[in-house]
Amino acid sequence: MIPAPFDFIQVDSVDEAIAAISEHGDEAKLIAGGHSLLPLMKFRLATPTYVVDINRLDELKYVHDAGDYLAIGALTRHCEIEKNEIVKTNAGVLALATHSVGDPQVRHRGTIGGAIAHGDPASDIPSALLALKATLIAKGSEGEREISIDDFFTGFLETDLAEDEMLKEIRIPKLPNAKWSFQKFNRRAQDWAIVGASIICDDSHVGVGLVNMHSMPFRSEAVEAALSNGANAEEAAELAAENTEAPTDLNASKGYREHLARVLVRRGLQEAGR
Amino acid sequence: MEVNIKINSVTHSHEVEPRMLLVQYIRELAGLTGTNIGCDTSSCGACTVHLNGESVKSCTVLAAQVDGMNVETIEGLAEGDGTLHPMQQAFHECHALQCGYCTPGMVMASVSLIDENPSLTEKEVREGLEGNLCRCTGYHNIVKAVLQASEVAK
Ligand SMILES: Cc1cc2nc3c(=O)[nH]c(=O)nc-3n(C[C@H](O)[C@H](O)[C@H](O)COP(=O)(O)OP(=O)(O)OC[C@H]3O[C@@H](n4cnc5c(N)ncnc54)[C@H](O)[C@@H]3O)c2cc1C
Ligand code: FES
Ligand code: FES
Repeated sequence: MIPAPFDFIQVDSVDEAIAAISEHGDEAKLIAGGHSLLPLMKFRLATPTYVVDINRLDELKYVHDAGDYLAIGALTRHCEIEKNEIVKTNAGVLALATHSVGDPQVRHRGTIGGAIAHGDPASDIPSALLALKATLIAKGSEGEREISIDDFFTGFLETDLAEDEMLKEIRIPKLPNAKWSFQKFNRRAQDWAIVGASIICDDSHVGVGLVNMHSMPFRSEAVEAALSNGANAEEAAELAAENTEAPTDLNASKGYREHLARVLVRRGLQEAGR
Repeated sequence: MEVNIKINSVTHSHEVEPRMLLVQYIRELAGLTGTNIGCDTSSCGACTVHLNGESVKSCTVLAAQVDGMNVETIEGLAEGDGTLHPMQQAFHECHALQCGYCTPGMVMASVSLIDENPSLTEKEVREGLEGNLCRCTGYHNIVKAVLQASEVAK
């Protein structure tokens, strides 16, 4: 299967990338690892006129300890993040969620920025970033801005990024004393989650992000609020399907997904010491 | 557009359409047909090659994206005199293939696994090969071969 024809634009800096997407608007698509975009293009579900390759932007490949938070460049590949000691220590649930993505070949190519910007409710990584309450740094022709992960996802495969904006950095508050769990239910090893849950708990912070329970990555405010009000794991997990809009597809019905969410959140909370 | 890719230490230069996939470049332009296409949807791993030393699925990479980079395919593993790479030798000795369709991708994925972690456990081998499907062997002998090759690598 071969994508529809397009023009290929190779860029060597963030500013060149922004210039290209500003010039071509919705006719252009950035390509990072290409492991979400190319399958869509091969099925002709996406037919951009211009494909702007950002893989050579080494300036966006890093994990830094920035004091209160971790700073991760948008083009950092999954294989770097899953093994990174700073991530494992301070944001362990992100390392686990990233490790669960696809297989080693997919993780050698896919990037954290691509996984977020794709806005896929089935993706594991956004659930971890929701639980961790990450902040995203976007840059466009008007300059940089911060976006809370809670404001970023706006619909199925839709995000708050403007046509001329790209993700530069992901900032994650450091939680070295937190306990965490990543739960993923699927049928075969390499598959996407039917339902997944990222859980973070410490004295001052509880975070619960769900995979595949809505048209976009979803924070379970109901479970978080119950935990903050002193509910135990079993009581809080009963609320895991509240306000969700789980899809029905070949793998699972809406009702089954709701059941899975309650089970996975309970297991996750127990593993995280609640 | 003109694309130059070093495949198994030989630079290939070809005029391509930007939409050409790396696996097509390798098979149709470089003429190296050891790399197979199975699913064409990044699920089966038959098309696995090394890009700058790491395993990737070449059906989900554009040739244009790897202009100037190094690719290694199954043809590049054996020595010039035909001596097999330790992973190929282990597949041979452990009877880790039947029809052989998955084998080039399986071997390339396994070599990359061992490069990253020379002391693999059986569980790590099974997890590490989750992106490679084999419809013949039941995986048992493949896992044995990778563990045997990792002993040699140590
Ligand atoms: C076989 C297979 C199995 C997979 N399994 C899983 C899984 O189990 N769990 C999971 O979570 N994911 C899975 N994935 C998806 C994988 O994580 C992708 O790598 C990821 O979703 C997208 O990252 P990418 O870098 O490849 O993005 P691309 O495909 O390059 O881009 C995706 C989208 O994001 C945009 N984009 C990319 N970078 C930026 C940026 N810096 N700023 C703004 N926009 C940007 C692109 O324009 C495009 O619209 C799988 C993929 C494959 C092929
Ligand atoms: S042909 Fe590339 S993964 Fe199957
Ligand atoms: S040996 Fe036939 S598919 Fe693996």
